[in-house]
Amino acid sequence: MAVVEDFGRAPISACPACAVVPAAERIAALRAERDGRIMLSLPLAHCAACISSVEAALSAVPGVRSARVNLTRKRVSIEAASDVTAAFLIEVLAAEGQEAHELDPGLLSTTETDRQGRDLLMRVGVAFFSMMNVMLLSVAVWSGAEDATRDLFHWISAAIALPTVIFAGQPFFKSAWASLRVGRLGMDVPISLALILASSISVYETWMSGHHAYFDAAVMLAFFLLLGRYLDHRTRAVARSAAEELAALEVPRATVLEDGVEVERTISAILAGDLVLVRPGARMPVDGVVIKGASEVDRSLLTGESLPVWAGEGTLVSAGEVNLTGPLTVRVTAAGKDSSLHRMADLVAVAEGAKTRYTSLADRAAKLYSPLVHILSFSAFGYWMWATGGDLRYAINISAAVLIITCPCALGLAVPAVITSASGKLFRKGLLIKHGTALERLAEVDTVVFDKTGTLTLGMPEPVALMDHPQDAVAVAAALAAGSSHPLARALAEGARTENVMLAEVTDIREVPGHGIEGIWQGTRVRLGRADWCGAAPVAATATYLSLTGKTHAFTFSDRPRPGADKAVAALRAAGMKIELLSGDSPAPVRALAERLGIADWRAGVLPAEKAARVAELSAAGHKVLMVGDGLNDTAALAAAHVSISPATALDAARVASDIVLLGQDMAPIADAVRIGRQSARRMIENFVISGGYNVIAVPLALVGMATPLAAALAMSLSSITVSLNAMRLK
Amino acid sequence: MEILVILIPVSLLLGGIGLAAFFWAMRTKQFDDPDGDAQRILTKDWDDRPKP
Repeated sequence: MAVVEDFGRAPISACPACAVVPAAERIAALRAERDGRIMLSLPLAHCAACISSVEAALSAVPGVRSARVNLTRKRVSIEAASDVTAAFLIEVLAAEGQEAHELDPGLLSTTETDRQGRDLLMRVGVAFFSMMNVMLLSVAVWSGAEDATRDLFHWISAAIALPTVIFAGQPFFKSAWASLRVGRLGMDVPISLALILASSISVYETWMSGHHAYFDAAVMLAFFLLLGRYLDHRTRAVARSAAEELAALEVPRATVLEDGVEVERTISAILAGDLVLVRPGARMPVDGVVIKGASEVDRSLLTGESLPVWAGEGTLVSAGEVNLTGPLTVRVTAAGKDSSLHRMADLVAVAEGAKTRYTSLADRAAKLYSPLVHILSFSAFGYWMWATGGDLRYAINISAAVLIITCPCALGLAVPAVITSASGKLFRKGLLIKHGTALERLAEVDTVVFDKTGTLTLGMPEPVALMDHPQDAVAVAAALAAGSSHPLARALAEGARTENVMLAEVTDIREVPGHGIEGIWQGTRVRLGRADWCGAAPVAATATYLSLTGKTHAFTFSDRPRPGADKAVAALRAAGMKIELLSGDSPAPVRALAERLGIADWRAGVLPAEKAARVAELSAAGHKVLMVGDGLNDTAALAAAHVSISPATALDAARVASDIVLLGQDMAPIADAVRIGRQSARRMIENFVISGGYNVIAVPLALVGMATPLAAALAMSLSSITVSLNAMRLK
Repeated sequence: MEILVILIPVSLLLGGIGLAAFFWAMRTKQFDDPDGDAQRILTKDWDDRPKP
């Protein structure tokens, strides 16, 4: 039973990257075991048509045995032969218009949390059954059953209620015991006390043929509180799995060259001085110096630079960069703990240590409430002992009534109901809330800091004014670009395809790693690639160059803004937020984007430590910062911010460090998140006021000894229902 | 009031049947995808013949 810590949360790792590495290893082991199972996340699935198109498309793939969509969790689980890869299925779904991401098939952990959830739900069901039956009998007593009939009804109620309280109350008893043992007065102590006191005093009263028995109250208490506990558990189960959920795409392995033989090794077993082979498309596992090969590397996740950088013999590379065009052999200068990836993780640890632990509204309320309830109940007991001259039975009856009425039924529901309702709303919009208090923190935000590459932009270049170039040039460039996997070449080919350009007939196309592509067109050599290689004068923008019959053309690119980025920025500004753009990229593209989105406050060439420092500076000035970023260079800032959001395409470390993950490509939900966060914080406070209001009316009644079981039942059910309805009002 | 001898066991029995049905539904994972199940009845996929 993990409900030991009453309002506890999923543990936060002090160093996200450290948390990722063992997770990734575990995933790798898991994959080897049951390679027939693939889980994909479908952030955009929402209707019956989505279900049938996804299932039909996947079932049509040879090797797929079954595909089943779970719309509630927006994922599809696929049983398939081991040669079917997730990447291929994602492409199949993309052709159907469904965005999909690979998920960690960490089935072991999901079934484990499911088992706990089911266990709680079972207790809820049992408590509900008993509540209904006991209530049926209680209504008869309230409406005037007398003597033997009343006693009989009380005995039957006892027979139903006692086993129920013992079975359904276990989560509370266990956690109350755990908190008492460490000398704390948790929320579950008064709850357990009320359950035990209410049941035992009712048994005693029944034995003595008394008029009042609280069996219905005990069972109802158990039901409402379990319901709140279950909602809380569900939110936290999502939070716990979220980090594991989005697959750790890079398994920490590298290809090492030992005397010219390629050997697969885990990164922890690599030493400085080893030779590592990095294929095109792979991520650098270590820091090192290139000793063979030429290529271009994408540093955007580390630094935010959108333009790939040339790498050849002697170039220094760091862990985390992506090799783009040609194979590279790297001599390791630092691996593991000494690598730049790890230094970045240390930075995160420092930022997280400095982050003040946020106490949630529920925690603060519980801290006030718990002692108050005990004091009230005990002083009622003391007073009536004195006033009646030692009538123990009467005094205990009163203090039990006080405990039952003050018991935080509505309080236990007030926050979980709002959080469940809000995270459900946001999940439907494509946002995954990883952290229980993220919504409350989101409500306080007044400054938003964005990263550029990969966050406000997709990190995908698109050609600017392609058709302004001569038709020949475009046709040749597109033909050359079609053969390359370089991001700029792919963007150029894609742009030409959408403009319906007829490809020129270029023969002998060959890619020169690190430089570009060349071929023969109408008997002359044509080249597409870097400026110096094509003999062109470089322009001050992201560009690729074409040398064609003695002339050169520069194709410029701009990074495509994420869909909804302009809407999100405009809506946040309308909500009164201060918006900043911090990017590691060079000034020209940053300025272009800032102007396009209307962000006045931008900085370019910002180092990772400077980003975190800027966030810390804003926090020190009393601002509550929302950081939105995706790269490793943002991780420290994400951890330092009051609350943080990262897209699903972000690096693992960034996703782990952030509180909310944006599942889809569209960015517009971020503005909704802030709005819903503010609304839900307001609803939580309203709920506290409502349940407090019921107590203000009912507690004095109980204290003077006028509370009947009927009054307790009314107060309890009315306040619980009102707070749940209030939580549903979220729009 | 003699009718109570019958009515109380009957009401408990009916409640017990409900509880048993709930246990069955939990055990067979009927609550795993409420949204999906709500949508699935709208698809026309297996309208003409049952799913093999």
